[in-house]
Amino acid sequence: MSRQIVIPFGPQHPVLPEPLHLDLVMEDERVVDVIPSIGYVHRGLEKLVEKRDYKDFVFIAERICGICSFIHGMTYCHAVEGVMDLDVPPRAVYLRTVWSELSRLHSHLLWLGLLADSMGFESLFMQAWRLREHVLDDLEATTGNRVIQGVCKVGGVRHDVSDQKLREIVDGLGRLETGMQDLMNVFVHDDSVKHRLSGMGVLTEQQAWELGAVGPVLRASGVANDIRQTGYAAYDELDFKPVVETAGDCYARTVVRAKELFTSVDLIRQAVEKIPEGPVEMKVTGNPKGEFYARSEQPRGEVIHYVKANGTKNLVRFRVRTPTFTNIPPLLAAMKGIELADVPVVVLSIDPCIGCAER
Amino acid sequence: MKREAQMIEAIGLEDLLARVEQQKAAGDRLVAISCAVVEGANEITYSFEDRAHRFLHLRIVVPPGATIPSVTPSYWGAFVYENEIHDLYGLTVTGMNVDFGGHFYATKVPYPFAAAATPKVTPAGKEAQEKECLDR
Repeated sequence: MSRQIVIPFGPQHPVLPEPLHLDLVMEDERVVDVIPSIGYVHRGLEKLVEKRDYKDFVFIAERICGICSFIHGMTYCHAVEGVMDLDVPPRAVYLRTVWSELSRLHSHLLWLGLLADSMGFESLFMQAWRLREHVLDDLEATTGNRVIQGVCKVGGVRHDVSDQKLREIVDGLGRLETGMQDLMNVFVHDDSVKHRLSGMGVLTEQQAWELGAVGPVLRASGVANDIRQTGYAAYDELDFKPVVETAGDCYARTVVRAKELFTSVDLIRQAVEKIPEGPVEMKVTGNPKGEFYARSEQPRGEVIHYVKANGTKNLVRFRVRTPTFTNIPPLLAAMKGIELADVPVVVLSIDPCIGCAER
Repeated sequence: MKREAQMIEAIGLEDLLARVEQQKAAGDRLVAISCAVVEGANEITYSFEDRAHRFLHLRIVVPPGATIPSVTPSYWGAFVYENEIHDLYGLTVTGMNVDFGGHFYATKVPYPFAAAATPKVTPAGKEAQEKECLDR
């Protein structure tokens, strides 16, 4: 056996926008074990629920993450609405679905750009982020904000979007698809990208499932698990199939996210076609009492918001299980056996969001 | 819009490991381990999902500062949840495969979510609290 040394990776690293520390146990250039450390940005947001009105808390729930903020807000609302047994107006449910998919589009485009950047493919990075700007423009035009939308509320949404504006978004997405197809051709078919990502950081189907992987990490290992299949929001009335790859490596995770761009566009089209007329919010009176686990499919995978209420305006407990948090053990397994130079790309392949993970 | 059924089953601490192993043998995924303080006690909920999205929660109730067994022999990745519960709630988890010894989260005060109310921080007490955090 070669002599083992430990190389610290992070918490500050060019590939990591947020602090994550990994102690890499190395034998020569090969990683044989990884010990993670998080906790640098733990904010204790869950505890704040004891001091904030449950209706106002949606603003804090949205701030768990700047990228998937809308879905955090929506899932929190689903949890409270589940406790109170509220039937949200159908138009609001469809608008939530449209905004969820726009969030997925901009998050996946952001990640594809970051992946290109981690490989030194700067022009690809810029192309991905150029396309992302169009999606952020749509979010800003319909909610007033680019990243933390502040549009979801318990009992519905704060703004309606005209049918004409929704059709304009769909038209714009048609043009965006052309750009996304060009982007996908590079990510999926370019030899240098394939060579850099294939066979690296492999997770088998059994490993991914047993270690608790979620989202594109799980689907890239051959498991057709997508929480949208449970039919929350308007997904039970829309037609889609989870994108699944089987290789379980960094390339498969990239292909899943690239293909999911087109699934999201298709879901937005279907939602705009089927969106009913009507109000977008309902009057919510009284305080919640009971408990509820709500799940949604974020761009990074399954997120869970659990609320427990005792009939007062403050909740007793708010618990968030984010996708990055549960993707840490699968990441450690995927890193065993890789070379030191591949560590940044494999870490990035789970699309880590440490702000989310630590809350 | 569909809402998932909330299947929450209360079990005894003595049955925990057997029930978790039962879920593992059935091929379920460990979705999360959550803790909540309710009326001075800790509710710890182990959530599982099968391949058909059936979402099941097993719940134990333990007093503050209790010791619970680790489920990492069944689910290797559970160490992230168990270290979190230790650092935020002050519960002891025995037999974890990766034990951070209280350093998983960097918290300003020890066990900030614990059942006992967090004492009001005075200037004199602040230094002692920070020292305790560093010593852990």
